[in-house]
Amino acid sequence: MDFSPNIVGFACQWCTYAGADLAGNLRCKYPPTIKLIRVPCSGRVEPEYVLEALSRGADGVFVGGCHFGDCHYKEGNYKTDRRMKMIKKIVQEFGYEPERFRWEWISGAEGKKFAEVMTEYTEELRKLGPNPVKEGGK
Amino acid sequence: MADKIKFAFLLAGGCAGCEMALVDLSENLLDALEHIEVVFWAPTVADVKYKDLEAMADKSIDLAFVDGMVRLSEHEHMVRVLRAKSKILVAFGACASLGGIPGMANIHTNDELFKQAYKDTFSTENPDGVYPQPQYFLDGKYDLTLPAFQDKVRTIQDLVEVDYYVGGCPPHHSFVAKAVEAIVTGNLPPKGSWLTSGKAVCDVCKRNPANEELERLPVETVKRTVDGMPEEKGCLLQHGFVCLGPITQGDCGASCLNVNMPCRGCGGPIPGIKDYGARAVSAIGSILGSEAATDSLLEKFPVLSKLVYRYSLPASRLKSNVR
Repeated sequence: MDFSPNIVGFACQWCTYAGADLAGNLRCKYPPTIKLIRVPCSGRVEPEYVLEALSRGADGVFVGGCHFGDCHYKEGNYKTDRRMKMIKKIVQEFGYEPERFRWEWISGAEGKKFAEVMTEYTEELRKLGPNPVKEGGK
Repeated sequence: MADKIKFAFLLAGGCAGCEMALVDLSENLLDALEHIEVVFWAPTVADVKYKDLEAMADKSIDLAFVDGMVRLSEHEHMVRVLRAKSKILVAFGACASLGGIPGMANIHTNDELFKQAYKDTFSTENPDGVYPQPQYFLDGKYDLTLPAFQDKVRTIQDLVEVDYYVGGCPPHHSFVAKAVEAIVTGNLPPKGSWLTSGKAVCDVCKRNPANEELERLPVETVKRTVDGMPEEKGCLLQHGFVCLGPITQGDCGASCLNVNMPCRGCGGPIPGIKDYGARAVSAIGSILGSEAATDSLLEKFPVLSKLVYRYSLPASRLKSNVR
């Protein structure tokens, strides 16, 4: 059976969420693997959310924010970047593949990029297989 | 006066430091003893065997403390028995409530741990490669069953319902006095709470820049404690030393900070935090001033989880290594 990854996504309402919206308007095709949650700013995404999603069996976690310099709140995405770098390391230390967690800067004008990133990420996770928490039942 | 409170104290996978903290109450403990009858205190103080506890009637103990985490099958069994026998169960200290220092083992496999402890350490002489076994036949006639090493460290609340939590490694004695007093007088918060003031370490820290109405600035250089002596004054975070004071309960009175050591989070999370380490990442991430500072932090702390989850790894969302 073909494995379809379950991706939990957090998208900043000013850029990446608008980008996803544009992807729809442009009729871009991408797999229905991502469940997108709108947040006021990518800096609002607590590292806790990422770990919670992974520990509950999400195959991948995605965080999307504005490009550097474009943050609606000036520096939210810089904080996201610093936190997420640390979380990626922690996720690895707990035995998860680093690819299970990804963050990207996608602006409201980049609908096509959003679709491309989702297609690529889904493919990457498909190769990786399901979240080990689900398999082992730990 | 009412009957004395029947009290039990179980040392699970701890180091007995928490019991020392209780003994450190000195005169206060003597006062408390007037209201308390110790029915079980094993394996450290009273000469009571496990079978004696097993023989007690259910809910016959008024108040039970557990210190230490659950690592062996023996710990698991005793914690379950003690829960059945007691009315109030308190997870006492960082190990019992969060997993503590031994909990850091959870990001390693048991094979790695045994290899390190019984083979690779330079002071170990073990040519036959003998590892601990739960079953052993001694001298051809004694069939021994020993506590089995479980696959990960667990906290008390992973097994049974816990009524109250007390943080600290070990809990600070002045605070223990307050907790004991609250219990003796029956002046207790709702079940499942931490018996704490709910204030952060920064709140009670003399180094807090807010005391001098100074602004918090982003940090450019990250330092470890081995990189030099911190200055006598000023916030350690501001000086670049990673301190977990902002998210840790400050019932210790910021003891470590008073002797120039950054907080490592033994007091447990301040109210509202589910995952201690993740919130630590959040807090540290917001004070780092640049990409370079982040990179140097990741370089200086090769195993980041052991910094942010030093006392709370088994209580984290991810709990243990999945591989």
